[in-house]
Amino acid sequence: MPWNKQKNTIKESKGDRIFLTANILFLSIVMLVVLYPLIFIVSSSFSSTAAVTSGKVWLFPVEPSLAGYKAIFRNNQILYGYANSIFYTVVGTAVNIIFTIMAAFPLSRKDLYGKNLIMFLFTFTMLFSGGLVPFYMVVSKLGMLDKRIVLILPTALAVFQVIIARTFFQISIPEELAEAAEIDGCDDFGFLIKIVIPLSGPIIAVIGLMYAVNNWNTYFNALIFLKSTKLFPLQMVLRNILIQNSFDPNMVKDPVSMMETQGLRDLLKYALIVVASVPVLSIYPFVQKFFVKGMLIGSIKG
Amino acid sequence: MHGTAALTASHRKKVWKKIKRHWQYYLLLLPPLLFLLIFHYIPMTGLVMAFKKFSIHKGILGSPWAGLKYFRQFFSSPLCWILIRNTIGISLYTLIAGFPLPILLALGVNELKGEKFKKSVQMITYAPYFISTVVMVSIVMQMLHPRTGLLNIMITALGGEAINFMGEASMFKSIYVWSGIWQYTGYSAILYIAALAGIDPTLYEAAKMDGVSRLKRIIYIDIPGIIPTIIILLILNVGNLMNIGFEKIFLMQNDLNLVSSEIISTYIYKVGLRHAQFSFSTAIGFFNSIINFTLLVTVNRLARKYSEVSLW
Repeated sequence: MPWNKQKNTIKESKGDRIFLTANILFLSIVMLVVLYPLIFIVSSSFSSTAAVTSGKVWLFPVEPSLAGYKAIFRNNQILYGYANSIFYTVVGTAVNIIFTIMAAFPLSRKDLYGKNLIMFLFTFTMLFSGGLVPFYMVVSKLGMLDKRIVLILPTALAVFQVIIARTFFQISIPEELAEAAEIDGCDDFGFLIKIVIPLSGPIIAVIGLMYAVNNWNTYFNALIFLKSTKLFPLQMVLRNILIQNSFDPNMVKDPVSMMETQGLRDLLKYALIVVASVPVLSIYPFVQKFFVKGMLIGSIKG
Repeated sequence: MHGTAALTASHRKKVWKKIKRHWQYYLLLLPPLLFLLIFHYIPMTGLVMAFKKFSIHKGILGSPWAGLKYFRQFFSSPLCWILIRNTIGISLYTLIAGFPLPILLALGVNELKGEKFKKSVQMITYAPYFISTVVMVSIVMQMLHPRTGLLNIMITALGGEAINFMGEASMFKSIYVWSGIWQYTGYSAILYIAALAGIDPTLYEAAKMDGVSRLKRIIYIDIPGIIPTIIILLILNVGNLMNIGFEKIFLMQNDLNLVSSEIISTYIYKVGLRHAQFSFSTAIGFFNSIINFTLLVTVNRLARKYSEVSLW
């Protein structure tokens, strides 16, 4: 952004200097407000039970301990949930990406006959829906209840992502490229696989990431469609422990005093919040640049 | 007459040729279209349940018609107005409090000169977006816990009395809205930051030459430059007014705050799936969808009329 690299010839006026200082102050406060709860949670999770229950933790861990984390990794439900979530995220995201490209590529081509009608069929589903009960009945009629596939197929495609991918294809794959490929004897499949997909790394990464975050984070479909606890994704397990408070620390520890039981429960919650968020948060700094760029490309009106 | 028939015939031939030449496009589109049919369009036909006295044994087609019975049942129940008030109240609160903040953040970030500080602000404010709804709600609950929550520890340390935040119906909406703002402001700011980066730099050069202050540059260059983005996002937000965060509200609900936390979608879930009143629940869902649709179409039309920016 060239206008930010000011030359020395034009000096900031007094008003501008006040403005800039106020701006930096404002943004620092915003950063602190966002950051503080996160730091507090991480520090609490590494503190001792007693320090957490008596409210001694303010910024750094007090009487450092790994008790919360030890309890987590001794709980089978959490470990199963983790494994299930990894499965649902990997398989679900792969299906999502394939479906999205299959829809977005033809819709980005000028020579698709009936394009407007097909596009309308897609966008209309963003505006209007049959609602929860009819959706549930379709899924149950298909015999998908309480099977792994129920967390993958009914959410195979998000129209919003199709629009983003389609816009990207329209902008970044020039018409001449398609013509040249056709002259070289390439059919539409060949063009998609040999030319379009290799050129679309950034957008595939972006929609893949958005889908992956969604797959990792949802719980509602699991709540209504799954009964067997061994199929539960992590978020469902977390819901039961963190929100419904249905965790029994006695399952992981020898009988302990009431005070300690309650304290361990709180400590475990902090540790669990950290453990559940680490996978998604840790990939994000690496892909952030990608993410922002891809969103921009996709959101430019096509 | 003969001429037009020949014309349509040749037109049809041309179209057919076009389709045949790119048959692979249609093959690619087949699975996504099947997906839409099965999981979106077939459920829409299920809306007919709202007008029938549905029984599982007779199926949708075999069940007798009920007319507007279930709509009447909904509108005459005292709960109806509480649900509508809560739904609209929470969405409007979210919109009014949450919509301007990302714009403010983006304008602030755009004025920064140091790349490092700029990156940190963006990265930190953006991070909470990745926290899942379940974890987010449990963070809120831990922070507001009556005994061990950070906020109450502060209050009691200052000599005040601990508050059971999650049990206070009057506080529910604020807790919901402001925790959402904490989570999503950084994420929402991205589009505005991008739009700001796309503004013609010569405008700034000219303004600087004329000695226009930074604040005025924001008012006369930045804000007009991002108006189209603002309008598009406003339309999208208004269109989703009735679709507010079901997942999060559902998790935050408890018996004590239900008066102000029960919204149309959580009620649909309870009546429809937990108590198996399929027709009644579908009727409420239908009502909700229609309002949503009408809002989106209206706002889009208004936007097109007054600003030449619209979704379609």
